[in-house]
Amino acid sequence: MQTFFQQVINGLSLGSIYALLALGYTMVYGIIKLINFAHGDIYMLGAFWGYYSINTWHFSFIEALLSSMIVGAISGVVIEYFAYRPLRHAPRITALITAIGVSFLLENGMSYFFTSDTRDFPQIITQHNYNIGGVLISNIQILILVTACVLMILLQLIIKRTKMGKAMRAVSVDSDAAEMVGININRTISFTFALGSSLAGAAGVLIGLYYNSIDPLMGMTPGIKAFVAAVLGGIGSVPGASVGGFLIGILETLFQSIGLSAYKDAVVYGVLIIILLVLPAGIFGKNMKEKV
Amino acid sequence: MKKAVKKITYFASVAAIAVIFAGCSTATTSSKGNPVTDNTIKIGENMELSGAAGGYGNQMNQGIKMAVNEINQVGGVNVNGKKQKFKLIVRDNKTSTNTSASVATQLVNNDKVNAIVGTATTNAGTAQIPNITKAAVPAVSPSATDPNFTLQKNGKVQPYVFRACYQNNFQGGIGAKFTYNNLKARRVAILYDNSTDYGTGLEKAFKDTFKGKVVDTQGFTEGDKDFNAILTSFKNKKVDAIYVPGYYTEVGLIIKQARQAGINVPIIGTDGMADPKLAQIAGNQNSNKIYYTTPFSTKASESNPVAKKFMADYQKKYHTEAPTFSALAYDSVNMIKQAIEDEKSADSTKIAEGLSKIKNFDGVTGKITINKQHDPEKPIAIEQLTNGKVSNTYEIK
Repeated sequence: MQTFFQQVINGLSLGSIYALLALGYTMVYGIIKLINFAHGDIYMLGAFWGYYSINTWHFSFIEALLSSMIVGAISGVVIEYFAYRPLRHAPRITALITAIGVSFLLENGMSYFFTSDTRDFPQIITQHNYNIGGVLISNIQILILVTACVLMILLQLIIKRTKMGKAMRAVSVDSDAAEMVGININRTISFTFALGSSLAGAAGVLIGLYYNSIDPLMGMTPGIKAFVAAVLGGIGSVPGASVGGFLIGILETLFQSIGLSAYKDAVVYGVLIIILLVLPAGIFGKNMKEKV
Repeated sequence: MKKAVKKITYFASVAAIAVIFAGCSTATTSSKGNPVTDNTIKIGENMELSGAAGGYGNQMNQGIKMAVNEINQVGGVNVNGKKQKFKLIVRDNKTSTNTSASVATQLVNNDKVNAIVGTATTNAGTAQIPNITKAAVPAVSPSATDPNFTLQKNGKVQPYVFRACYQNNFQGGIGAKFTYNNLKARRVAILYDNSTDYGTGLEKAFKDTFKGKVVDTQGFTEGDKDFNAILTSFKNKKVDAIYVPGYYTEVGLIIKQARQAGINVPIIGTDGMADPKLAQIAGNQNSNKIYYTTPFSTKASESNPVAKKFMADYQKKYHTEAPTFSALAYDSVNMIKQAIEDEKSADSTKIAEGLSKIKNFDGVTGKITINKQHDPEKPIAIEQLTNGKVSNTYEIK
């Protein structure tokens, strides 16, 4: 039983990172129907920013987290402006291929300028383990979980309670109609990218702190898994992405704990296939009919 | 009509392919090997400078550059009484087998190199074998560890393939014996890198030799960061030790996460983790009871003058402690130099002959003798880490 709870803790910590990343996928998809494959690399940029800001300017955890959210937001907006905006009316596949291109550009660009060596993330918070009935939980795991939850609640408030959030929802339903009633489409899309990418930046710092190891290719696998999480939760749905992220994290942990560690990635991709076959709209997705 | 056109294109393409192949065969049969053309001996470097193994490739690149510079600073290699300088041609194979094969072709056909250093990984190294064999140019891999790497399918040795590191069976076997005899561990769990030949080969070699019980075997993939779930399940199985054949990027995280999960049993690994970065990633306070087999022990270097000089020079040039991969790459270049001096010729076929006859060569990684399988025979050491520092070295003969 202790082992089971220990595994649940492991799964939740991993899952909260996937959830933060999945939110970015889901929001961008919801608003412009683009799967932003460069999203995982923004998470990598966030981690590197955390690394440099802590090492060079001796930022504290909170400062590093907030500043990497800003850096994430700026890079998201810049990528959208240069790579996706010119293709706004191009076929969807063009934008998708561009997204993959941007992802490669970021990965290889960072490897070129900063070498592909793995670096050790500065440990600004010393780890303490708390023993609760035989289950070990560390302060960093609690921090990750709490930060992720706080950010998700904030995001939900922004989407539901603010004017910008209303605009986002409007654009996601029908961008032409939204434009007609005076919503600035470009600004709304930029804002969405900023919001999603800032969460990825935060996830980067959290993962740096948790695993203590960052490299330019670190965004690839978590990026794809977060995408699966978004599809699982119902791509386009914000609560769906959070739940999907936690589910994928727990699923991965579960399969590792029963001795199938070699297949944990295969299982995640298997889930993607099953979801697409059985429940294409995901857990929280609306089953919308395609307009003809 | 359509059929006729199809037929014509078919014949035309067959004819074209035949012409291309004819061209190839005449080009290769006309010469055997690459001779020295203009007083410089050309050394090709087919290396993983980017991509998944980029970190290791770049460390090797530093070792190779240092060796070539040192040799050139004293005027070059003594070829039958005449000094000839090395010219290094560096090409990146991007950790891809396809690119590695084409890089090898470029090096042997266009650059006309006399010998190749590379590649870092077994997969990329195997991909270049057909091309270098056709051109009769030898290649020394600093770190390809698969037992079959230097052998043909029929078990005969590949005439132009050499290496400077141990093969897996040897290293894995030593690890297993050490775990059983010295650490007295009877129940062992294995956590290996199943995305590389390196990890899978060592896992098999360990299992074949280990006399105790292997209670659990789990794999991970290069780039994985979360091992908490696997480690939690190990903890439950009451293991005496964990064997982790893999590279320092992942093994560093395994050590960190194991210690934080309260697993304090010895962790035994391989030369892939013999790097100062291991303790940086794991954290010094977590790097206790860590053992790994290594060809290049910083402690052993105190008694080896070649290694001592190399360590000091490396520190001066790159401002960091020399990693194992740099040491192996440095030795690879010097083995080629030795072969040239022994044979009194830098023709590529002569270098291959010289390499196969190397005996008691004083390398940074110990006294090297190349055996019939083109594997180096040299001493192996096991280093122990305490608080992130090497605290003890076991010499295993």
